[in-house]
Amino acid sequence: MFAMKHTLVALLRDQPGVLNRSVSLFRRRGFNIESLTVGHTETPGISRMTLVVDGDTTSVEQVIKQLYKLIDVLKVSDVSQDPNVTRDLLLVKVYAPPAKRSELMQLADIFGAKIVDVVPDAMMIELSGSPEQLDRFVDLIRPFGIRELVRTGCVAMTRGASTVSGPYQNQEFRAA
Amino acid sequence: MKTLTGAQMMCEALLAEGVDVMFGYPGGAIMPFYHALPEYPELRHILVRHEQAAGHAAEGYARTSGKVGVCVATSGPGATNLVTAIADAMMDSVPIVAITGQVVTSLIGKDGFQETDVTGITQPITKHNYLVTDVRDLPRVFKEAFHIARTGRPGPVLIDVAKDVQNARGVFEYPESVDLPGYKPNYDGNRRQIKEAANLLNQAKKPLIMAGHGILLGHASVELREFAEKTGIPVITTLLGISCIPEDHPLSLGMPGMHGWVHVNRAIQECDVLFTIGARFDDRVTGKLDTFARNAKIIHVDIDPAEVGKNVITAVPIVGDAKRVLENLTEIVNANEHSEWLNHIRDIQATRSKRQRDPESGMFTPHHVYAEFTRIMQGEFRVCTDVGQHQMWAAQLIEYMKPHTHITSGGLGTMGFALPAAMGVQVACPNEEVWAIAGDGGFQMNLQELATVVQESLPLKICIINNGYLGMVRQWQELFHERRYSATPMWSPDFIKLADAYGIPGVRVERAEDVAEAIQQARSTNGPFLIEFVVEREVNVYPMVAPGASISDMFEDPSEVEIEDVVAVK
Ligand SMILES: Cc1ncc(C[n+]2csc(CCOP(=O)(O)OP(=O)(O)O)c2C)c(N)n1
Repeated sequence: MFAMKHTLVALLRDQPGVLNRSVSLFRRRGFNIESLTVGHTETPGISRMTLVVDGDTTSVEQVIKQLYKLIDVLKVSDVSQDPNVTRDLLLVKVYAPPAKRSELMQLADIFGAKIVDVVPDAMMIELSGSPEQLDRFVDLIRPFGIRELVRTGCVAMTRGASTVSGPYQNQEFRAA
Repeated sequence: MKTLTGAQMMCEALLAEGVDVMFGYPGGAIMPFYHALPEYPELRHILVRHEQAAGHAAEGYARTSGKVGVCVATSGPGATNLVTAIADAMMDSVPIVAITGQVVTSLIGKDGFQETDVTGITQPITKHNYLVTDVRDLPRVFKEAFHIARTGRPGPVLIDVAKDVQNARGVFEYPESVDLPGYKPNYDGNRRQIKEAANLLNQAKKPLIMAGHGILLGHASVELREFAEKTGIPVITTLLGISCIPEDHPLSLGMPGMHGWVHVNRAIQECDVLFTIGARFDDRVTGKLDTFARNAKIIHVDIDPAEVGKNVITAVPIVGDAKRVLENLTEIVNANEHSEWLNHIRDIQATRSKRQRDPESGMFTPHHVYAEFTRIMQGEFRVCTDVGQHQMWAAQLIEYMKPHTHITSGGLGTMGFALPAAMGVQVACPNEEVWAIAGDGGFQMNLQELATVVQESLPLKICIINNGYLGMVRQWQELFHERRYSATPMWSPDFIKLADAYGIPGVRVERAEDVAEAIQQARSTNGPFLIEFVVEREVNVYPMVAPGASISDMFEDPSEVEIEDVVAVK
């Protein structure tokens, strides 16, 4: 598989401005970031950022090295080559008059999506899955009429027992 | 346990970090700090006339002493005035700590009087920065800031301290060590890679060393020389690497790049291994990247992993400290001589040096000034240059013999740098002869610092190369913009009278014959002295690589410039 897109996982110390620092770095260096999510981890004080970068327009190695230069960045891993689970969460509000409802519900069922709100002419559907799965689902329901759509961006975790949070410092990309 | 105010803690921390001097300017949000200062007479404070100068002075101090330079400013306009100097320090990897006052915590984010988000503003131009809103954080923040500034790839760190934090009281315990799990600079190069580099160097027929600022910042001049002497490999020095090897050393070749020497750029294009240490392949060095050193395998030593592979493809990357890597390499590399290769380069140099170094006949050019400098001073001086033509000539024509004797703004190219930076250099080396060399343009960007020079009794020598133009821009206009001298002719005040107004003696020199005497007069004057050299107006810096062109395509005088070609690559 040609990994055009790269999924990076970064562990950050929860210090003021750390997210801003990272984002500002991407802007300044002209890195093309497709999605970015941040949230808590199992360790208090440490956040985890998942980044998807377009490896064609952005040198992934430079992104990693530049991220390491931020004092509060503890570890950065490119998990694209490892077997991993990548998930994106979608909420979509679709035009759904009673006549269309059952068809929509069937589609949702096939994708394992949940109906989380129904009003007379609209329905809100929640789906989590790989970004590609979500894309396919959106394509299928588009003809019904999408009123509002939101996605969280990707989070990723490698399969197996090992974790990215292992030893924080990666030999190759130590900060300077 | 004794409690201190935040301001006192700041002073204690500075003492603990071995700081003995700082350059600054007071104001509302930093007043508690200034209130505490007189209790600490060991901390010398130099009052500048503009905060930008405080930053450059701290840089000049750091660039010469190898210690961390400190500058201080108030919030808002004080802090923003520091920005240029901080950016300058970032580009040239200079360790400085900038301390700024901030409005009281309750006003932060409310557009309080003189509030600016200086940590936000300086995020991309600092190695790291802090906003302190709790007095308990002060000791740790200071400890970390100095540690980060001086270790790894050095750089500027800013500490913004809210005014109420400076007034708050707390227990002062200065931490012994830092706890920064995300910051562990790598000093020892990877052994396998060092071995690989040695193998490559052993096999090389035409190797070349490119030494940059990293040699000076890493205090590796001696190690560089030992390595070069053992291997017989010639050394070229980037603009910021100048003075890391004595320029009269048989293996020292000079500067590469846009205004580098023809034989040096030719050597880069012909070499088979380019061993680069502590230099970052700036576009002013490489010219058109895909033609740069095209026959060479590149070995790149840098303390900053992100520099390795950033601009050029490296055969052997080594992340580590210049000094340690050179020591390790010198141990294992074969002793060698490359006399044939060196002679070849020297031959190229010999056919050209006359044309490059000799001023055009009958004119009074900066070349005369620099030649006399080198002749009279015998290497016993430190020079701070500004930005422009005079800067390139000072790099090309003066001979530097000892480390840290050539101080210039390389990465940012900041006009107005020379005078304030020279103040810092003079403070670091009170008993040495320090020269600030500036153009008529750049001098006027920070000339208010003449007052600081006098107030602090700094005996520095100031030299203005006055060509009546923003010379370097005029040169580009001449070569690449159809000689349209838009906004480059520049009127200047009577610099001698100006100096006089500040109480500084000076002379104007308009003929080559008078150069030596003026320099002698400056040297024998006890205290500051200013010389204005009124030189030929339209002299250009050669050789030159047009912006965006390959370093193979240098031109050495105006007759070789084919404007169409140049415009095409621009
Ligand atoms: C702060 C700043 N503004 C503008 C420039 C662009 N610039 C580079 S060289 C130069 C001309 C410098 O003229 P002068 O100081 O007279 O020196 P000369 O080139 O004549 O030696 C200018 C304007 C700069 N480098 N820095």
